[in-house]
Amino acid sequence: MATVQDTKVKVEPKVKKQTVFNTLARDYQLWIMILPAIICVIIFNYVPMYGIQLAFREYDFTAGLTGGDFVGLKYFEQFMNSHLFWDLIRNTLLISITTIVVGFPAPIALALLVNQIKWKRGKRILQTTVYLPHFISIVVLVGLLNVMLSPNTGILGLLLAKLGVEGNLLASVNAFVPIYVLSDVWQHVGWNSIIYLAALAAVDPQLYDAAKIDGANKWQIIRNVEIPAIIPTIIILLILNMGSIISTGFEKIFLMQNSLNLPISEVIETYVYKTGIVSNQFSYAAAIGLFNTMINFTMLVIVNTIAKKVSRISLW
Amino acid sequence: MPSISLNRIKSKKPLDLAFDLAVILICVIMFFVVAYPIYFIIIASISDPTFVSTGKVLFTPKGFSLFGYEQIFADSRVWIGYRNTLFYSFFGTFINLLLTLPAAYVLSRTEFRARRFLMFFFIFTMFFNGGLIPTYMLMRDLSLLDTPWVFIFNPLTVNVFNLIITRTFFENNIPHEMYEAAVMDGCSHFKFFSTIVLPLSKAVTAVIGLYYLVWHWNDFFTGLIYIRNYDLQPLQIVLRDILLSNQVFSEGAGSGGTGGGYAQRYADQVKYGVIIVSSLPVLILYPFIQKYFEKGVLIGSVKG
Repeated sequence: MATVQDTKVKVEPKVKKQTVFNTLARDYQLWIMILPAIICVIIFNYVPMYGIQLAFREYDFTAGLTGGDFVGLKYFEQFMNSHLFWDLIRNTLLISITTIVVGFPAPIALALLVNQIKWKRGKRILQTTVYLPHFISIVVLVGLLNVMLSPNTGILGLLLAKLGVEGNLLASVNAFVPIYVLSDVWQHVGWNSIIYLAALAAVDPQLYDAAKIDGANKWQIIRNVEIPAIIPTIIILLILNMGSIISTGFEKIFLMQNSLNLPISEVIETYVYKTGIVSNQFSYAAAIGLFNTMINFTMLVIVNTIAKKVSRISLW
Repeated sequence: MPSISLNRIKSKKPLDLAFDLAVILICVIMFFVVAYPIYFIIIASISDPTFVSTGKVLFTPKGFSLFGYEQIFADSRVWIGYRNTLFYSFFGTFINLLLTLPAAYVLSRTEFRARRFLMFFFIFTMFFNGGLIPTYMLMRDLSLLDTPWVFIFNPLTVNVFNLIITRTFFENNIPHEMYEAAVMDGCSHFKFFSTIVLPLSKAVTAVIGLYYLVWHWNDFFTGLIYIRNYDLQPLQIVLRDILLSNQVFSEGAGSGGTGGGYAQRYADQVKYGVIIVSSLPVLILYPFIQKYFEKGVLIGSVKG
C-alpha cells in the first residue's frame, strides 16, 4: 500500500489523500441530504444516552435532563438491596430465556418444513397464513388471548376445561410463561422463518444431487446439507437475540399483567415504568433501566466474541 | 399434493414416504393453528353472543347479530382513536421516509468519505440506548409530552433496520456508471436522487413505507408513556381500554362484570368486533402487500 502511494506522490504531487474535510466542498449536497437524519438521531437517540447520568444524580425538576447533585451508586445500591431485586431478575431471565429456547429454533424448524413442500400453491397459502399474525398489534393479540382463554366463555377456556385444566389461566402464576412464550411463537414464527427460507433457497443444487447419489434420504439431506447451509444465518440471528436477552417484550408483558400473576410477570422493564413514569422516582428508575441496558450490552459483546472465536462469524 | 405423480411415489424409499406424510400433516396442523383463531374472531363477531359464550360457534356463524358492531359505531372513543391513528400513521410515515430515503442514498455512495463512520453512528443506536427514563425526560424538556409530535419524532423516527434495507437496495440496484453519466450531463446529487434514484426505487420505498406504516398503526408504547390527554390517544390505547381494561361500553355499564355473565357475553361480542374493526386496514391490505414485506426481509438479509 505504501509503495503505491509513494509512486502516486511522485507522479502527481498535487493529489492529496481524500479526507472528510477536503471532500466537504465536493460532497456538500450529500451532507445536506443526510443531515436531517443525523440531527434526528442525535436528538432522540444520543441525547438520552447523555441523560443516563440521571441514574447517578438526584432528580431535580429544575435541573432538566441530566438531574441535580451527584450521588454516585446510591440508586444502584437501593435497587440491589430492594426486596424485589431477585424476583425481578428471576422473572426477567425466566421469560427471556424461555422465549429464546422455544422461540429461536421454531422458525428454523418451520423453514426446513416449508422448504420440503413441493406443491407451490399450498406452500404459498401456508406462508401467507403464517406471516399474518406478525402484523397484528400487541394489544389485539393480548385481547385475543383474553377472550379466547376466558374460563367460562372463551373457546380455548372451554376446551381446556374439558381437558381438565380448571381455573382462569390468565390469572395463574404457572400458566403465565407458557402463554406468553407460545403466543409469541404463534405470532412471529412465520415471519422469522423468511430469512432462513432465503438462506435455504441459496443452497447449491449440486449439493442435493451429490447427496442423492450417495443415497441420502430426506432426513439425512436436512441434517447434512440444509442445516450446515443455514448455520451462518443462525449464528448471526442468535447473537442479535442474545443482545436483547434481558429486554423482554415490555408492552406484551405489561398488557398481560394482572394483580394475580404479578409475582411472575413483574420484570425489570415493567418495574422501571411503574417506578419512573407512574410514581415519578426518576433517578431510581433510570438506574434500574441502566442496569438492564448494561446486562444486554455485555451479553451482546460476550456472545459476539464467542461466536467470532468459534465460527469466525461476528456482527462487527 | 397433485405434483407428486404415482410413479414418483412408487420409486420412493419407504422412509421418505413416511417423511413426506409427516411434513404434510404438520403443515396442515400449522395452517389451522394459525388460521383458526383469526377465522374464529370473524365468525364470533357476527354471531349471537349466547351461542359464542357457550362454545356453540365453532366453524360457522350461528344466530346472526351485529350488536357488537352497532356498539362500536356508536362509540366516539373508537372514532377519535381511529382519526388520531390515521393522522399519526400517514404523517409519521411521510416524515420517516423523508429522513430515511436521502440518508440511505448518501450511505450508499462509496465516494462519501464519512460513510463508514456514519454507518457506525446509526448502527450503534440499535445496540445501545438511553432507556425509558432519559428518553422520557428528553421529551419532557422538549415539551413534546401530550402533543401529537411525539408520535412522529421519537427514537424510532429513523429506523436503522429500514435504513440498512434501503441502503442495500440502492447499492445493488443503482449502478455507479449511471451517476457518472448523469454528472457528465451536469446533474447534481439532489437532481440525480429525485429524478433518477427515487423513480427506480419504488419497490424499496413501498417496503419500508409499509413497515413504518404498520409500526405506527400498531404503536401502543408512545401513547402509553407520553400521552395523558385522552383526545390525543391513538387507537391502540382505546383498544386496550376496551379489550383489556374491560371498559367496553363508553357509559361505563357492563364493566367489571357487574351485570354478571349476561353483560359479559355482550361485552365479549363488542371485543370481537373491535378486534376486526381495528385490524381491518392491515387485514385488507395484507394479501396485496405481503410480497413487499417479504421482499424487505430478503433485501435486508443480503447484508446486515
